[in-house]
Amino acid sequence: MLKDVSFGQYYPVKSFVHNLDPRLKILFLIGYIVAIFLAKEFLALGACAAVLLLAVLFARIPVGKVMRAVRGILFLVLFTAAINVFFHGGDAVYWNAPAVLWEWKIFRVTQAGIVFSAFLALRLFLLVICSSLLTYTTTPVSLTDGLESLLTPLKWVRFPVHELALIMSIALRFIPILMDETERIMNAQKARGAALDSGGPAKRVKAIVPVLIPLLLSAFRRADELGDAMDARCYSGGKSRVKYKKLRFSWRDLLAFALLAALIAGVSVMRFFPVFPL
Amino acid sequence: MANALEYRDVAFSYGEESGFRMEHLNFSVQEGEFVAVLGHNGSGKSTLARLANGLLTPDSGEISVFGVPLTGKNLFDIRKQVGIVFQNPDSQAVASIVEDDVAFGAENVGLPRKEIGERIGFALRAVGMEDYRTATISRLSGGQKQRVAIAGVLALKPRVMILDESTAMLDPRGRREIVEVVKELNEKEGVTVMLITHFMEEALLASRAVVMNRGEIVMQDTPEGIFRRGEELICYNLALPRIGEIARRLRGGGMDVADALDVNTLAEEIAKCVS
Repeated sequence: MLKDVSFGQYYPVKSFVHNLDPRLKILFLIGYIVAIFLAKEFLALGACAAVLLLAVLFARIPVGKVMRAVRGILFLVLFTAAINVFFHGGDAVYWNAPAVLWEWKIFRVTQAGIVFSAFLALRLFLLVICSSLLTYTTTPVSLTDGLESLLTPLKWVRFPVHELALIMSIALRFIPILMDETERIMNAQKARGAALDSGGPAKRVKAIVPVLIPLLLSAFRRADELGDAMDARCYSGGKSRVKYKKLRFSWRDLLAFALLAALIAGVSVMRFFPVFPL
Repeated sequence: MANALEYRDVAFSYGEESGFRMEHLNFSVQEGEFVAVLGHNGSGKSTLARLANGLLTPDSGEISVFGVPLTGKNLFDIRKQVGIVFQNPDSQAVASIVEDDVAFGAENVGLPRKEIGERIGFALRAVGMEDYRTATISRLSGGQKQRVAIAGVLALKPRVMILDESTAMLDPRGRREIVEVVKELNEKEGVTVMLITHFMEEALLASRAVVMNRGEIVMQDTPEGIFRRGEELICYNLALPRIGEIARRLRGGGMDVADALDVNTLAEEIAKCVS
């Protein structure tokens, strides 16, 4: 059963966004985060939201999937929003009512507070949706490839970029195997009378030890075997190695890049010449 | 013509406390040969394999591959020529996707990209996995995983292929798949094969069988010749193939059947005795 847990949340469909270069998608995410933090007013944030909506549509990810990503942080967002509503203060007036709507001791609900909380919540939602869009549309393997390629300049300062990327991809590859192994060991220990899912928290944590130790041992054994198999296939580090799959920028990437550049430019301009300041 | 593999007076030990010693080992494999190496656990079969491509270094003696002695300097050239497929189907693949994993070896030796693509195609066709090029390895069966592992070695176009108990963790069907693939590689591509196994049936496909015991080569013959010496095999903690074992027991029970290694021959022998 554990085997069916697909790692990451990759959603396998063919789409415009899936086909983008992983490097571009990583950069896009970073650029997008910069844009939403540059945004100071609803109009700017709305532009960000529109771009993201476009991306979700072109990625052909069902809305339910996207919402699931949001659900994970819903509590966090509501909590921060609530705090801000009660403590933000400010005396700006946005609609036809007094600036301070309700007041009790240190709690003060103001129009400015409500507007600001909404702004903050929207910003957090966009942040989460955009990052989950990256994992929905990019396989862990191409994500690692993209990261390796982006970090290449660090090789100049002798940072082991190739090794780091290889470690990441091997780790990803071994997740299903170790999950399987965990299940097998758990069953073996249960057959010997281990009570893995009863008792209080302290007891349960203790019961994990006889599962973890064999798992660790087997992971070391596997690492040894994999090392031999890699040696036997002429592995000698990243020096003379070529990569079979070459990442290539295409017109799609250019288009996405242009969109992002326009977004950042627009949001920056609005930061200095606000249209509807908060 | 030089031998594909040649061990000359090789000595090796894993250290005093391991209790395993290999001394004065002389052994050679001809080009194009299909050799089966038999032996119980700890007999030195895997050591033999690992010495062949420098995963282990002998304490003394010399190992040469196609006439070239193995040294620290030509290690990678030798490894290109001598490929090893290991036992565990789950701990040999580096990448998650079939094609990426098969490419690994070819990427390591720095081949041009176009050639890597061609070699992936060639290797996957050779093991009958061309339809699985973009499949996820963790979802394949054990036999399929081992075929991918063979393809990963084949992508380096080795002239010698060693299978170090590569069928031990597979079910009968997976075992058959692997042995058939290897047999075909030997016949069609002319790859020299050293098949290390403790399944006697697999040895029958080889042109020569070798039995190891305590780091020594104790028997060397055609597989049929080896299995004719059933009592000796049992001394080395090995069993006869199933059919051979039946024939031996029948003989023990007083029936005058000759040695047989396949069902039809045995049936004929029994029919002769009965009539």
